[in-house]
Amino acid sequence: MNKILWAVLIGMGLLAPFVVYPVFMMKLLCFGLFAAAFNLLLGYTGLLSFGHAAFFGGASYVTGYLVKSVGLTPELGVLGGTLSAALLGYAVGSLAIRRQGIYFAMVTLALAQIVYFVALKAPFTGGEDGLQGIPRGDLFGLIDLGRVYTVGGSPLGLNLYYFIFFMFCLGFWIIYRTIHSPFGHVLKAIRENETRAVSLGYQVERFKLMAFVISATLAGMAGAMKSLVFQLASLTDVSWHASGEVVLMTLLGGVGTVLGPLVGAFTVVTLQSELSSVGSWITVIIGAIFVVCVLLFRRGVVGELSRLLKRPL
Amino acid sequence: MKKGLVTACAVAALAALATSSFGAGISDGVVKIGVLTDMSGVYSTLGGKGTQVGVEMAVKDFGGKVLGKPIVVIGADHQNKADIASAKAREWFDNEKVDMITGLLNSGCALAVQKVAGEKKRITMNTGAASTDLTNSACTPYSVHYVYDTYALGKVTAEAVVPNGGNTWFFLTADYAFGHSLEANTTKFVTKLGGKVLGSVRHPLATSDFSSYLLQAQASGAKIIGLANAGGDTTNAIKQAREFGIDKKGQKLVGLLIFDTDIKSLGLKVAQGMQFTSGFYWDRDKASRDFSKRFYAIHKAMPTMDQAGAYSATMNYLKAIKAAGTDDPDAVMAKLKSMDVSDFFAVHGKIRADGRMVHDMYLMEVKKPAESKGEWDLLKIVKTVPANQAFMPLAESTCSQVKK
Repeated sequence: MNKILWAVLIGMGLLAPFVVYPVFMMKLLCFGLFAAAFNLLLGYTGLLSFGHAAFFGGASYVTGYLVKSVGLTPELGVLGGTLSAALLGYAVGSLAIRRQGIYFAMVTLALAQIVYFVALKAPFTGGEDGLQGIPRGDLFGLIDLGRVYTVGGSPLGLNLYYFIFFMFCLGFWIIYRTIHSPFGHVLKAIRENETRAVSLGYQVERFKLMAFVISATLAGMAGAMKSLVFQLASLTDVSWHASGEVVLMTLLGGVGTVLGPLVGAFTVVTLQSELSSVGSWITVIIGAIFVVCVLLFRRGVVGELSRLLKRPL
Repeated sequence: MKKGLVTACAVAALAALATSSFGAGISDGVVKIGVLTDMSGVYSTLGGKGTQVGVEMAVKDFGGKVLGKPIVVIGADHQNKADIASAKAREWFDNEKVDMITGLLNSGCALAVQKVAGEKKRITMNTGAASTDLTNSACTPYSVHYVYDTYALGKVTAEAVVPNGGNTWFFLTADYAFGHSLEANTTKFVTKLGGKVLGSVRHPLATSDFSSYLLQAQASGAKIIGLANAGGDTTNAIKQAREFGIDKKGQKLVGLLIFDTDIKSLGLKVAQGMQFTSGFYWDRDKASRDFSKRFYAIHKAMPTMDQAGAYSATMNYLKAIKAAGTDDPDAVMAKLKSMDVSDFFAVHGKIRADGRMVHDMYLMEVKKPAESKGEWDLLKIVKTVPANQAFMPLAESTCSQVKK
């Protein structure tokens, strides 16, 4: 049964660019992976980071710089961006996990603001304008990611889409494996009762740090992908709004479920895009939806669904 | 035999139909113009909905149709964010079949959109943004920079201020592409004319508190405080400088980019005597007055140079389509660059190889309250600067489209 579900989802992902506008679809995938990575920390380890934009946006700047100014191929650029997020995650994580609850969130927020400031002032980031005109380049030096195919009269950038879809599946698979591994079970134990995990002999700090680094790395991968899709790395992605948005996506979709963050990210991004014509009312509308969600289905969309079906999703 | 004749006629008719709809004419059966600009932020009063009003007026005046196909106008707010601007432009080109984008206030956004448009081979007619990069390093075969730029603003204003004693400058600069470009260009002319730049301070776009920046400007001791910013930032800086009494202590504020709407919001009492550079003034001659009164009837404000420029750009774009007999971007650009674009907006207008539309620029002065005869009687033209003196010479342009 589960295998059928996955096969259907992958099939939908492969066919999506022929139905939905590919750039929009790729945006959904980037934010979906970002939210899923964040959920690994919030949903499975019980740590609320309020600075995940630093990894997401930071990696997009690094990838942009590597591809544009150093001239690396896109896969190396994404790798570089992802690794930079891992390092940053290690640095932020080792400081932040020493505190718990609201203090943990505040430390991550403060450190993320430092990254924001660097992005604003560093010479290579372009400040308020962002890092513009990032080339998509040739994958492995062979496949032109910018190539556009005309299918049924509409131009589709299929090379890039399938590259992004592959990266998304890879990232999502890593998260899935992590959650369902013995390591993931220890994380859940820490989430449920940290003292008890300590008394069972687990070095809780190390597990938390590892979860933090994995989450930061995958958030970075999502950011790196986004900079190739939009050919732009901007302050929006490192600002604290982005950190808040990912919390919203995860809660809306269902915290602590595998598919929840995807549903949440897809919902929020689609709403933002569909409602962009109403201007500043958009925050009010999304805020209202959030309030309704918290009041009526606290487990999020997928969380409630999984409760009704009586099986984890 | 008869059957053969009918078939032949049908084939001929089909062929004729095919050529009329594919060989020339309008792609996708519609000409779509997108107005992408700041509709809600610090620049929305000087551009915003008014820019869309200008474009819609031009479409209506043109008859709503070109080569028998309808013209559609759509608008969107880029919120002064380059990522939103470029994503919207990409979506418009890919999905909405938008043929031309105009407006584009905010140089950071404009540069991002121009890049996307160049890749997708679609036309941008920039009426809002100012950076000279748009017609130099970032130019494309499909970009037109229509109204003004930081070279013209810096040159005309510096030439008016420096020889009259304003020889030491300090800049208050908006910290993004536009501010940087305006500061750099103005600095060039100030030093060329024998003046000196003592320093500068950069503030974020949409700043509400200028006190710390103004104190630095005051401490510099410069005679002139150059405001390399625009819109709400400029009016805020001027109002706060007045509260600090900076103007009474011998320092003078010079706004490098000021729109009619800014003066309106400052009031003549505060702004009187200020000199600045503009590409258009509604009360210049009969043609500009006629247009502006019609614009006022719809928008309840006189047009700024951005809004009037958007009308003129759209009108000339449509004329170029008609003359070329197609909306193919290459053919339309060739027509635009060869035709004369003089109208109520532009005097001696001409679009050059680098996409720069050169036309006469004006040195304006804000009237004293006693001189003003009406709500919008705000400015007088002190000097007309001919097109060939106001803008960067083509020979200096680093645009790849300029053959050297």
